[in-house]
Amino acid sequence: MSAVLKAPVTVEFPFTRSLGPVQSAFLTGLRERVVLGVRTGDGRTLVPPVEYDPVTAEEIRDVVEVAPTGTVTTWAWNHAPRRGQPLAGPFAWVLVRLDGADTALLHALDAPGPDAVHTGMRVRVRWAEERTGAITDIACFEPYDGEAGQLTGGTGEFENPVGGIVAPARLDYTYSPGRAQTAYINALADRRTVGERCPSCRKVYVPPRGACPTCGVATEERVEVGPGGTVTTFCIVNIKAKNLDIEVPYVYAHIALDGADLALHGRIGGIPYDQVRMGLRVEPVWTEGGRYPDHYRPTGEPDGDYDMYKELL
Amino acid sequence: MTRDIAVVAFAQSDTLRSTEEVSEVEMLMPVLHDVLARTGLKTADIGFTCSGSSDYLAGRAFSFTLALDGVGAWPPISESHVEMDGAWALYEAWVKLRTGDADTALVYAYGKSSPGSVRDVLTRQLDPYYVAPLWPDSVALAALQAQALIDAGETDEPALAAIGARSRATDNPRAQPRGPVPRGDYVVRPLRTGDCPPIGDGAVAVVLAAGERARDLCGRPAWIRGLDHRIEAHSLGVRDLTDSPSTRLAAERAGAFERPVDTAELHAPFSAQEVVLRRALKLGGDVRVNPSGGALAANPMMAAGLARIGEAAARIHRGESDRALAHATSGPCLQQNLVAVLEGDPR
Repeated sequence: MSAVLKAPVTVEFPFTRSLGPVQSAFLTGLRERVVLGVRTGDGRTLVPPVEYDPVTAEEIRDVVEVAPTGTVTTWAWNHAPRRGQPLAGPFAWVLVRLDGADTALLHALDAPGPDAVHTGMRVRVRWAEERTGAITDIACFEPYDGEAGQLTGGTGEFENPVGGIVAPARLDYTYSPGRAQTAYINALADRRTVGERCPSCRKVYVPPRGACPTCGVATEERVEVGPGGTVTTFCIVNIKAKNLDIEVPYVYAHIALDGADLALHGRIGGIPYDQVRMGLRVEPVWTEGGRYPDHYRPTGEPDGDYDMYKELL
Repeated sequence: MTRDIAVVAFAQSDTLRSTEEVSEVEMLMPVLHDVLARTGLKTADIGFTCSGSSDYLAGRAFSFTLALDGVGAWPPISESHVEMDGAWALYEAWVKLRTGDADTALVYAYGKSSPGSVRDVLTRQLDPYYVAPLWPDSVALAALQAQALIDAGETDEPALAAIGARSRATDNPRAQPRGPVPRGDYVVRPLRTGDCPPIGDGAVAVVLAAGERARDLCGRPAWIRGLDHRIEAHSLGVRDLTDSPSTRLAAERAGAFERPVDTAELHAPFSAQEVVLRRALKLGGDVRVNPSGGALAANPMMAAGLARIGEAAARIHRGESDRALAHATSGPCLQQNLVAVLEGDPR
């Protein structure tokens, strides 16, 4: 039994999100060091503000200012901050009801330790030095023992309101391919293409995924296929992919390896792109030290007959 | 058209900290075979198939389509998927059976948390404007709820520890940690290791059947007398975190308060959430709560809610319960809640 294959994978994406009018006012306000809420039909003030009343679903647009000071309604001590969280050192997560608001805002509280935090304690906003119109324009809250903070008295309307935010997201994973695909990948490193046969319908799947999608049973009998195969269909790629060192145009094809009941994908090389055709006979080309075929090239055999591969299209 | 629908079979995998030697479909397939074998049905006999899972857990796009290989989905079957806990897949299947479109349904759910960091993955389900940019992890949000309960005098740290200890004292052979588990250190105060669910990979499946078909397939079907799900307001700061009005409303709509239940399987991944649910569901001291150990004993993400329905149904199948409540939750701090009321035929 070979060792489990593993590889780190980072999934990372900058989400660009547009804002509604109330969200835009709130986040623009933070940029200008003003905290805004929204009034509901029954006279409550929601901070952070939303565009629709959470109880009645009524559209709400009546933006009002609240103070940058408030009261902790619940808290949790985070002794080991994680990536992306507001403070690098230990801090308290808090829900804060700002003075003038009826609901609470989630953020971080910079405090020396859990003994310095309690529900009901007074806090105020600590503004980030650089502000862009995002929830992180509030760097965090800090303990505060004064009166309710002053309102700026503004209208809630600002020059250059923000219309959107860019929210980077990143998650780190360790992939492992499972039993069937581990065996497939290991065999490829030995320059052999090994599929698995369904014990019920006898089809040979390449690459194997561990289950027969027709019968819903495990495929365990290993079957070496190829190395030769037949192009069942193909496309001509004219767009250069990022980080891919292949000249365009090139051909990407479905290839039915001899003995396989499922076509796999591969690039076709060693032939001008406009001469690739359905039925072309090909074989894999491994580069020095490569763990999988770099591409497939023509064998020079006569083309395969359509009837031989039409079920594999 | 109103038809009686029952859970007629339940199967689950072990829940393991890592299943890196198998793919998702390889983990799921034995559970599907197990649940079908309990009814004697084959894939081709199933009228509707519905699954619950989340691609974010393992970080693999469209992984649920690969999992379908384990069902035997070719030629095409009638099939659907929810990016939620499988309890909501069961809801969809229940609706489908009630319309008369199908007589049997296979419902399954699976989650592989081991490839990623589930505390961070779950931040991506939060409000993307005001909350997700702060990356508050799932334990942090549950800890805010726990502290609110402590401040309200509804519980304290020793009481929370007792919930964890009772849950893990289960004799459920599928539980992940078993026997005495120390309370451990704070993860995010006031929650300690013992207040948090174990992180594990696993899969769950049930079969539903309508009317006489249910009696053919199961000696004592677990009839679904009511099923409803409700959601709280989106913003945590708008909610009273010490209460769960959505659970109470779902329970009311499911008929849970019409007569007492003898057993309740609650999906409370964090100890303090059991306190909220017991109150919302008005569970008396004589109700057996989470004999399976609940989510504190095994918490395969996206499957632990469906497992609550399966565990409650299995007790009815075995004659250990006559009327049971099953609850499933989704999102932070019991954001969305589903309640099912199950009954066995009189003995």
